[in-house]
Amino acid sequence: MTTQAPETSVRTQIVVAAPIERAFRVFTEQFDRIKPREHNMLGVDIAETVFERRVGGSVYDRGVDGSECRWARVLAYEPPHRVVISWDISPQWQIETDPTRTSEVEIRFISETPERTRVELEHRNLERHGDGWQRARDGVASDSGWLLYLHRFGGLFKD
Amino acid sequence: MDAYQDGAWAALGDATRRAIFERLADRPRAVGELAAELPVSRPAVSQHLKVLKDAGLVVDRRAGNRRIYQVNPDGVSALRAQLDRFWSKALATYKEVVEHPTEEIP
Repeated sequence: MTTQAPETSVRTQIVVAAPIERAFRVFTEQFDRIKPREHNMLGVDIAETVFERRVGGSVYDRGVDGSECRWARVLAYEPPHRVVISWDISPQWQIETDPTRTSEVEIRFISETPERTRVELEHRNLERHGDGWQRARDGVASDSGWLLYLHRFGGLFKD
Repeated sequence: MDAYQDGAWAALGDATRRAIFERLADRPRAVGELAAELPVSRPAVSQHLKVLKDAGLVVDRRAGNRRIYQVNPDGVSALRAQLDRFWSKALATYKEVVEHPTEEIP
């Protein structure tokens, strides 16, 4: 187990038939083709998604009219092993300008064989996106909130 | 392990409910809109929405004589479910792109 409370992160992974260098390169250089398009925060269609491959760079969508939406900051860039980006998008799918209220996504590339790479993705610190969901958790108005509250309370007594 | 999470994940274990949830993650919709978009009757859509609502994944509000459903912005389960779908979809596309470099992904 990690120190993260499991319910505040999302983990997924996939194994691809490619050497680690190529796996890393395709993810970062062709992120435009990878990112699902349905969550568009621009008022116009997305022309492309740009992944700036350096620490301090951004990930941004560029609209067909030239407008830009910067929705991630590159926090770590360590080819071919690891990349970490911030997730500056609120649960309401709007840009979050306060960096203390953003989560982060780590993508790790692990060589299984010279021709196979496992890609592990962890989107963590979702609790930073604000206290809205915590209010829901602590609220007794809904059964589900109350259940989670009880679960958390019970969790205090076990390791 | 976690009753709240289990409720959310169980709710999304059904393909129709997943389809409904994904449409609501796209934008808020009324029951009638969902029924028109999916091969499911209006009463069935209502039933599925009730399960999603009980799991804390969606919330509803009244707008005139219609009831509008949307993804619960205060629910970390809803947020996790959305992000899990976002990244699973991204990695599936990524695998295609890596393993079939010459094919265009629509």
